[in-house]
Parts: sequence; C-alpha cells; structure tokens
Amino acid sequence: MKYIGENLLPGDIGKFFLVLSLVASLVATIAFFKANQSKIIGEKESWLRIARFSFLLETISVLSIFVVLYYIISNHLFEYKYAWQHSDRSLQIEYLLSCFWEGQEGSFMLWSFWHCVLGWVLIKTSKDWEAGVMTVVSFAQFCLATMTIGMYFFGTKVGSSPFVLLRNEMEALIFSRPEYLSLIKDGNGLNTLLQNYWMVIHPPILFLGFASTVVPFAFAFAGLTNNKHEWIKYSLPWASFSAALLGVGIMMGAMWAYESLSFGGYWAWDPVENASLVPWLTLVAGLHCNLIYKSTGYSLRATYFFYIISFVLILYSTFLTRSGILGDTSVHAFTDLGMNWQLLIFILVFLMPALFLYFKRYKSIPTIVKEEQTFSREFWMFIGALILFLSGFVIIFITSLPVFNKIVTHFDFLKSIFKNSFAQPEDPEFTHNQIQVFVAVILGFLTAFTQFLKYKDTSKEYLRKKIIIPVIITIVISLLIIFLGGIQYDKKGIGFLVAIHMAIVGSVYTIIANASYIWLVLKGKIKVAGASVAHIGFGLILLGILISSGKKTVLSWNKTGINVLEKTKQEDPAENTTLFKGIKTDMGQYMVTYTKDSLNERDRKRYFEIDFQPKDGSKGFKVYPDVIKNNKGAEGFAANPDAKHFLFKDIFVYITSFKEDDKKDTTHFRNEVLKAGDTVYYGNGFMIFNKILLNPTEQKQKFTEDETAMFLDIQVVSKEGSRYAVMPGIAIKNQSLRIIPDTVVAQNLVVQFNKVVDQKLGKLEIGLKESKSLTTLLTLKVLEFPMIKFLWLGVVVMFIGFIMSVRQRIRNFIA
Amino acid sequence: MKKMHIVMLVIIAAAISLLLMYMGNVTTYETIASAKQKPGKNITIIAKLDTATIQYDIAKNPNYLTFEAVDTLGDRMKVAYYYEKPYDMEKSSRIVLKGKMENGIFEIRKKEGILVKCPSKYKDDMNAAKKNLETASK
Repeated sequence: MKYIGENLLPGDIGKFFLVLSLVASLVATIAFFKANQSKIIGEKESWLRIARFSFLLETISVLSIFVVLYYIISNHLFEYKYAWQHSDRSLQIEYLLSCFWEGQEGSFMLWSFWHCVLGWVLIKTSKDWEAGVMTVVSFAQFCLATMTIGMYFFGTKVGSSPFVLLRNEMEALIFSRPEYLSLIKDGNGLNTLLQNYWMVIHPPILFLGFASTVVPFAFAFAGLTNNKHEWIKYSLPWASFSAALLGVGIMMGAMWAYESLSFGGYWAWDPVENASLVPWLTLVAGLHCNLIYKSTGYSLRATYFFYIISFVLILYSTFLTRSGILGDTSVHAFTDLGMNWQLLIFILVFLMPALFLYFKRYKSIPTIVKEEQTFSREFWMFIGALILFLSGFVIIFITSLPVFNKIVTHFDFLKSIFKNSFAQPEDPEFTHNQIQVFVAVILGFLTAFTQFLKYKDTSKEYLRKKIIIPVIITIVISLLIIFLGGIQYDKKGIGFLVAIHMAIVGSVYTIIANASYIWLVLKGKIKVAGASVAHIGFGLILLGILISSGKKTVLSWNKTGINVLEKTKQEDPAENTTLFKGIKTDMGQYMVTYTKDSLNERDRKRYFEIDFQPKDGSKGFKVYPDVIKNNKGAEGFAANPDAKHFLFKDIFVYITSFKEDDKKDTTHFRNEVLKAGDTVYYGNGFMIFNKILLNPTEQKQKFTEDETAMFLDIQVVSKEGSRYAVMPGIAIKNQSLRIIPDTVVAQNLVVQFNKVVDQKLGKLEIGLKESKSLTTLLTLKVLEFPMIKFLWLGVVVMFIGFIMSVRQRIRNFIA
Repeated sequence: MKKMHIVMLVIIAAAISLLLMYMGNVTTYETIASAKQKPGKNITIIAKLDTATIQYDIAKNPNYLTFEAVDTLGDRMKVAYYYEKPYDMEKSSRIVLKGKMENGIFEIRKKEGILVKCPSKYKDDMNAAKKNLETASK
C-alpha cells in the first residue's frame, strides 16, 4: 500500500547514521586497540590515524542522529513512533528537548553524545595514554550504539531504534487506510511530570556525570592492560570533574523532585535515586585513594578497585532503571523494552575483563609494605574511603532486593529456600536513614579532622596548635544548634535523635575546620583550596539535610471535622486539610484562604492562589501551587507544588485534590422555630440548639463594642457522625438589627438567627440553607522545611570546590 | 596484625551487622489469604484495585480513603489509608500495598504504603494510547 503524506527521508537518514555509528565505533575500538599494542613507531601512528578518523565519523553520526531526531520531534512528524509517543503539538518549545530523554533511546543518545565530547578532550590531552584509554571509550560507544540500532541479528532483536514508524509498531485499524496520517491529529504528549525546566537541564548534566565515569575506568583499564601506573596524574582531574557533574546532576534531580513532584521532599531513597548515588560514593572513594597514591605511594590497588566498580555500578544502575525490574519498588523507572539481556551483557562485558586483569596484575601493582602512621593523612583518608564504600555497599544491597527475587525465580533450589519473595521494609526511608546518619557522623568528623594531618606523619604539637580554634568554634555553634535549634525528631526514638545531633556536630565541624584550614594552613591561598571548598560544601549539604528533614513540620494537620464514627484515631496521620473557596482556615501559625484559581492557556496549568496570613500580624504572602492535566491516554491531574522561600525556611504547598462546582446558588433559607434543647433535622443529619450566649467573648471579632450581640450555641451532627459547632448571631444597635450567619462548610450548611419569636417561652426563629455553591474546595498539604537553603548552597559550593581542584590538578601536570 | 587490617575487619563486621539488621526489617510479599493469617505483621501485597469500592470524600475527611483490593487468587480485603487518594489510582493496573492486617482491615499508616503502578506516571501505556489513536480517527 502507498501511504499518503509520510515524510520518510529523515528516518532513512537517521537509520543510515545509526548503522554508521555502530560500524565507526567498532573500527575505532579495534584501531585504538592496535595502536595501543603496537610498539613500532610508524605503525602505531598509522593505527592512531585510522582510529581518530573513525572516531570523527562516529561523532558526526551521533550528532546527525540528534539533529534528525530533533527535526522529527519539532516538526511533529507523527508517522514516527518516537514523536507520536513523546510529544504533541501544544508542547512549548523549551520542552521539545525533554521529549528526547523521556524515552530510553533518546537518553542513550545523550549518553553517547557526551562520550564523543569527552573522547575528543581525551584524544587532545592524554598523550601516551590516548590509545589505551580511547579503546575503552570507543568500545563503550559501540555498546551504546547497539542499544539504539534496533535490528535483528540471528533472530534476536538488538536495541531499540528511535526511527521506527508508528504504523509498523502498532496494530490499529486506521493503518489500513492510505491517508491514515491525516487522521492522527496529535501526539500522545510529554509526561506532565517532565514538563518542568529542571527536566530540560537535569538529564544532560546527569548524563555528563554518567558518561564521565568511563574516563577514570578507562585509565585504570589501560593501566592494567599495559601494566603501567603513571596514569594516576591524568585521572585526578577527571575523577574530580566526574564527581562534580554526577553530584550536581543527582542533586538537580533532587531539586526537580522538590519543586515538581508532590511527595513532599527532595530525597525518598527511591531505587532510581540510590542507583545513581552509589557510583558517586565509590567514585569519591576512588578520588581520595588516587590522591593518597600520588602523595605517598599507598592505596594504588584500592584506586584501581574503586574506579572499576564506579563505572560498573553506573552500568548496573542503567540496568536497574531500564530493565523494569524495579517495577514494584520504584515510582519512576523506565518501562521494559525487552532489552534486559542486552543490558546485562553491557555490564558483564566491562566487569569481567576488568576483574580478570585486576586479579592477574594484582601482585604487580606497586604497594608499600610499611604500615601507615596513625597520625598520617593517608591513614584516615583511606578509612574515609572505606566508609564511603561501606555506605554505598549497604545502599546498593538494599536496592538490589528485587534483583535477588528475580534470581530466585530462575533457580529451583533457591525457590525451595526462599518461599516468599522479599519486599522493602514498611518504612524504607527510615531503614536507610538510621544507617546513613552514622555514616554522616563518621564522614563529618573525618572530613574535618583529616585535613589537618600531614601526609606520612604529623607532630602532635602541630596538630594541637592547629585544631584548637576550629574545635572551640564548632563546640560553640553546635551547642547553640542543639539547645536553640529545636530539633526534636523523637518519632523514631531517642537514639536516632542523638544520632541526628551527633551528625549535626560533625557537619558543623566539617564546615568550620575546612574554612579555618584555608585560613590557618593555606594562609588564604584560595587557588589551592579546591578540596577544602568542596568539603565545606559537603558539610553544608549534610547540615541542610539534617536540619530540613529533622525539623520538617506538617502545617496542614487536619483538626476540623474529625469524624467520630470513622476509624480515624488520634495517632493516625492526617496531613491534608480541606480549604473551601473564600473561607479562612486555621493552620497553626497561619490563617489560610483559598482565594481564587485560574487556568493558564500557554502551559495548560490551573493555578490556585493560596493566601497565608500569619496570626502574629506580620506581613502575609501568597503561594501558587498548580495542577496540570495529564497527557493523553491518562485521566486526572498531576500536581505541581509551590514554595514560598524565606531565608531560613521554605513553606511548601501542594494540592492533593480539588473539586469544583459552578452551579448557581438557588436555594432559599428554610425557617424553623425552636427553643433551647430542641433538635432540627437537615438533609444530612441534625442539629441541637444548646443555649443563647450574650456578647460571647469568643465571637468578639464579629461585632463592635457599641453593639449588643446574641449568639446561638448549636451543635451539628452529620449522618456520618461528624460534629461541628455553629454559632449564628444577631447584633443590635439603636433599634437596627444585623444578622451574622455562620456556616458548616463541610456540610454545605448556612445557619442564621432570624429573630426572637417569644421572649418568655424562649422561642426563636432560625434559617437553614443547604447550599451547593460552597462546594468549590480543595485539599492541600503544607510543609515547612527549615534551613533547606543550606542544602542547595552546599551543592553549589561543593561543585565550585570540585571545579577548583580540577583546575589545580590540570595546572599541576602541565607545569 | 596491621592497623589497617583491624579497620577492615571492623568495617566488614559493621557491614554484616547492618545487613542483618536490615534483613530483620524486610517485609515479604504475601497473598491476601496468607495476610489474614498474620494479623499485626508488616507485609506487602500486590493486588488489583476494585474501583467501584473506592470511598473518598475530601469534604468530609481528606485523610481517609477506603477501598477493596483483589489479588490474583481472587481473595478480597478492605483497605484503609490515612492520606490523600493517590493520583490516577483508578487507572492503576496493579497496586502495591504495604501495611498490616488489623481486624480484617488492611491498615496503611505510611504515605509510601501505596504504590500505584500507573500507566500515566513515567510509563506509557500503549493500550490507552492506542485507544486514543482509534478514537482520534473517528
């Protein structure tokens, strides 16, 4: 059949470059490998020329694939599945890039793109090591190219191509018609959660971090193949760079979670988060061992080990997030594309040769037999590296539980031992926190103290002289935080609270000690202070995390309309509060009103205006959380939180549900005559009139001093058993009467006190109205995060510190 | 013995004890029938949601959601959850529940206790999308 209106040229170009990229990276791998092996000068040069030319072809191919895919998405060529599945016409231009990395194929492309960029930097800078290192990088490129090739080899599908046509991938009646394309009006759209500016910049940065971990690995691998170990001076700036980018990439994800996901926080120990954190931990461990070796000759074996596992763990995290194996434990992993075995091979093909070479060369890796001195920097630094590794090991073990379950299902003898498969603990966050808080304590103290030790050995007098001032300052600040900070996180027992405070002391010590190190030891020479700056940032991150989480408070504790018949007990959590439009609601230190909402046509979001008035009379503020309609194929809304940022805290608000009712209010008041003790029924229950109150002080704000006021104390009991107090009243002044109605919003009920019918018998007339117009309402959650600025500031400071040390190390080996 | 060896031993011991502690906390996947045999114990159940039984009225109590869940063996249980109704819960294909059985009701007191395996969240449900495609052509 001939289809009308299809534009197949971009797809054909794209497929051509997919194949070219596969072939070019394979040729580059072989040529770099040959160049590395060759000892004859002329031969080595000619292999290198071939290799570089192939790598150039590879780079051109990857860039071309990028351009073609962008062309397809931005021109809304819905004949291509990728464009149809991940974008639609209404999408803003800035989010077109996000469509790339919504799918697995696009994110592999991104990874591959960064390998190309890093590859050229390596070719230009690594001199003798170029061939060995680039063999590994090119091979990684080849593996990534297989992920997007989307072809059948010997009956097995390899990879998943971004250029497949919609009509080939799906079975639907409309594809039997030649003009089907004109019937597809729009694409499926980008997931609403990804329509956020952080999602435009977070993936590229994170993938640069991911991609850059191949470099220390490649140096280590080349070192093992050639049995030479001088690469460590090259790998230092690379490892710092990688740690900087991976760290910032992870924290940008945290920022995205905080700003646009409504789980009320920045870190949830989700498997996807864990899987990217663990390689960072081992990489930082490797970086420190690398430094130790460069300065003392110790820890080279550990450096090899950490650089190898960091990259392998990146591959493992790729496997975890993309294989669909985390389906029951993570809220955000990619769907299974049926490439699990391929992803598994991707890990093994790097892990196996690296491990083989590592053990083969283990004996010949230089080491120092003499023990480290107790008062030497290398001793404590190495312990720090081990603690980082321990921390990462525990995290990845817990995260790998679903993998273990999967393995069990493949072996019968295991099935008989483990009858039930393991699930996460009931409180996965606390499971991690109770372990990692001690890691924070140890790392905090080590990072502070170790800086003041010298390599080889340190005289005790020198040490005493240098550390006394920072220790005193730390004690003062820590005592202030402990006694005035008001961190009373006692939900998990006193032990955990003590641990939190110990970790706070540790992080304060890190900040103070490293700041004073720049001052006291480096004499303010900021050029060489990269490490100290990074450590200050690390301390700030720890401090920000500990305070903002330890003191996080829910402001929206629900206190109204507690149902007596339902099983809501006092200890049950009740974090959502209902706000009725235009009605002030009490929320701790604030009176909160949902004033209005509006629909923004451009970004298709509905913004709610929530007004906060502090009870102490200080200036109020407004926040604008919003909801966005989900993309096609899914109903409902996704919520985007909003936060009001103060210097020392964030007030964080998100909508958990909303209900709108536009019906005009047409009902009238129904009048009832009654006396004290009488009961009146209404649509959803009844109310008891208890007594009359004359000028009650608790209603003082409703009448002026020269008025005489009468209020009725009435209790409303709904069918469900909820009880509400309602107090309608009248105010009299100079024969004129003012009616003050009261409402029970949850019951859509307005009650007013009309008049006194018979003073002697105590008979009164009240008016009841059951209105529909009160039902525009929403429920929301309001959280307070104190000191969260420290966390974000810490991330920036740590990044700056890492980049400073990258420059420092580059200067070192150029000079 | 070298100092470093002692440090290593301490760390290995720490790792083992941490993991043992952790394994003491893990829950197991249960069926509804086996869950009913273990009241008061923290467990995890994968089930399907019976959408007709969802009861949630934000005007009355936004922190109380009840529904019934059915597992693959056909057993049914009542579930109570003390937080807001997860978005798009009705569209879930599967639902992972973490909590404990009390008086025949599966009580979930942790916000993370419900994990909705939802086609709309990050994942693209091609069936829903396909339906969308079919209706677009009409």
